[in-house]
Amino acid sequence: MVRHYLDFERPLMELEREYEELQRFAPRDDPRVQTRLKKLQRRLAKLRQDIYSQLTPWQRTQLSRHIDRPHTLDYIQLVFEDFIELHGDRRFMDDPAMVGGIARLDGETVIVVGHQKGRDVKEMSFRNFGMPHPEGYRKALRIMELGARFKKPIITMIDTPGAYPGVGAEERGQSEAIAHNLREMATFPVPIVVVVIGEGGSGGALAIGVGDRILMMENAIYSVISPEGCAAILWRDGTKGPLAAEALKLTAMDLLKLGVIDEVIPEPLGGAHRDWQGAASNFKEAVLRHLGELRDVPEQRLLLERYHRFRRIGAFTQEWGDDLAG
Amino acid sequence: MAWFKKREPAAQEVKAVDALWSKCNVCNEIIYKKELERNLNVCPKCGYHFPISAQKRIAIVADDGSFRELDRDLAPVDPIHFRDTKRYLERLKEAQKKTGLKDAFITGKGNIQGSPVMIGVFDFSFLGGSLGSVVGEKIARMVEKAMEERVGVIIFSSSGGARMQEGILSLMQMAKTTAALSLLRRERLPYISVLTDPTTGGVTASFGMLGDVIMAEPGALIGFAGPRVIKETIKTDLPPGFQRAEYLLKHGMIDLIVERRKLKGVLGRLLGLFYH
Repeated sequence: MVRHYLDFERPLMELEREYEELQRFAPRDDPRVQTRLKKLQRRLAKLRQDIYSQLTPWQRTQLSRHIDRPHTLDYIQLVFEDFIELHGDRRFMDDPAMVGGIARLDGETVIVVGHQKGRDVKEMSFRNFGMPHPEGYRKALRIMELGARFKKPIITMIDTPGAYPGVGAEERGQSEAIAHNLREMATFPVPIVVVVIGEGGSGGALAIGVGDRILMMENAIYSVISPEGCAAILWRDGTKGPLAAEALKLTAMDLLKLGVIDEVIPEPLGGAHRDWQGAASNFKEAVLRHLGELRDVPEQRLLLERYHRFRRIGAFTQEWGDDLAG
Repeated sequence: MAWFKKREPAAQEVKAVDALWSKCNVCNEIIYKKELERNLNVCPKCGYHFPISAQKRIAIVADDGSFRELDRDLAPVDPIHFRDTKRYLERLKEAQKKTGLKDAFITGKGNIQGSPVMIGVFDFSFLGGSLGSVVGEKIARMVEKAMEERVGVIIFSSSGGARMQEGILSLMQMAKTTAALSLLRRERLPYISVLTDPTTGGVTASFGMLGDVIMAEPGALIGFAGPRVIKETIKTDLPPGFQRAEYLLKHGMIDLIVERRKLKGVLGRLLGLFYH
């Protein structure tokens, strides 16, 4: 696989290439090669530690969108068994920017839905860069309703720049589709675990993001607006994305501190894109643990706790007032 | 209906010619302010519905003296210490000074033609009517109170969407408010959403589009993405009348368009029909 390097990862590029070439082509029994390999390994480890242990919010934003990062269907393949993909919203079309179906997780039948991005030009365009039309949200809803009816837990994966802003999307009710999902997800009488695996872009992300647990991969982001969009509006300069990324508090650690998410799922050093298997195994462990905690919660309590989970989010002050409630 | 074609899509601001006169955004008619106010801030020449303050909206729809405001002292804070070219706290102070409001939303209980109902109204002049923690909390509380008192809910929206300066907390207000509405729905109490110019983003994509009945004022811009963003994305011109109330009605997204002077009557009748 051709590896893609982000700007801040570039210092790794030459060393990694040299290491890989030596390993592949140099005679193994040559002690000089062995010494060089060991030296390179040490330097790489240190360099990786330096680069990845103090990522800025903007660097995380870039990582969250990294083209080599595992996407929803990759996690489905690595974590779930027996997946059968379901298609279409039964109203208008099948939206490839959203995928979903029924599968097994550690033997248990579950419903799984998520945004789907592409990896090469052709697939990126087919998947519309992971930006669903209303049909994507309606498909997700239809599949999640199966979970509600057949009492199967629901797992959703968020990875989208946002809902698609287009004429058809507006005409067919992008707002209504998102709003409808938010309301319905609040009422499904089965456990819902949401994982932000990459980019959590605004309402288009939240539309499959209402659940009992919200988890985030370490290098995922989740934001009310993209840093670029925010910069264009508030700084009147779309290139101020790095500043906006800082200001918006959109990293997994930020959201954990704000009480919006429940857990940060660690990624292997260097990020999920460098070790899919490692990322998938952390994903699986976390999701199974949370599902386990939710399994025996009675339906009424589950729904009440889900309500309060969102009900309590917000920051404000209130002095004594002359209102009706007082 | 030529009036909405002439208009620049995003132009909202009422440009005061001076203290006494207003100029219509659409037909450029110079209107004596007192006359405009007598006409409920609707242009007497072309029918353009000017944005109005939350107070004025309440005065137009609620029975005289019936409105009791709730949670008046709920005030915003700066949870993520947000700063762009200005501090969020500064922006809040300026908006509070300009509008005399603590935040962009007023809630309360009132009667409309004798029917009791919880009323929530956005004020667009407060940071573009953006949805932040205070607005979300007020909506959740008004919905919970409506269930306690067994009355319906009406929300008048006019908003640019979620408030960026409160970051992810603003986005979560969409989930919080819609969760509250899911309970109201289960209780079989009516929720009427009235969309006024302009309503976009996270407000449309949450409680805005969830009304049992959704109505809009004539010519109101209503959408998820703003027209400028869509135009930049698809790189072609937008269809005439795109995202205007009439366009949404045609595409089946709203129930009815009601002129401002008829709004109280329609709401009153509707509540009467739901209640009795």
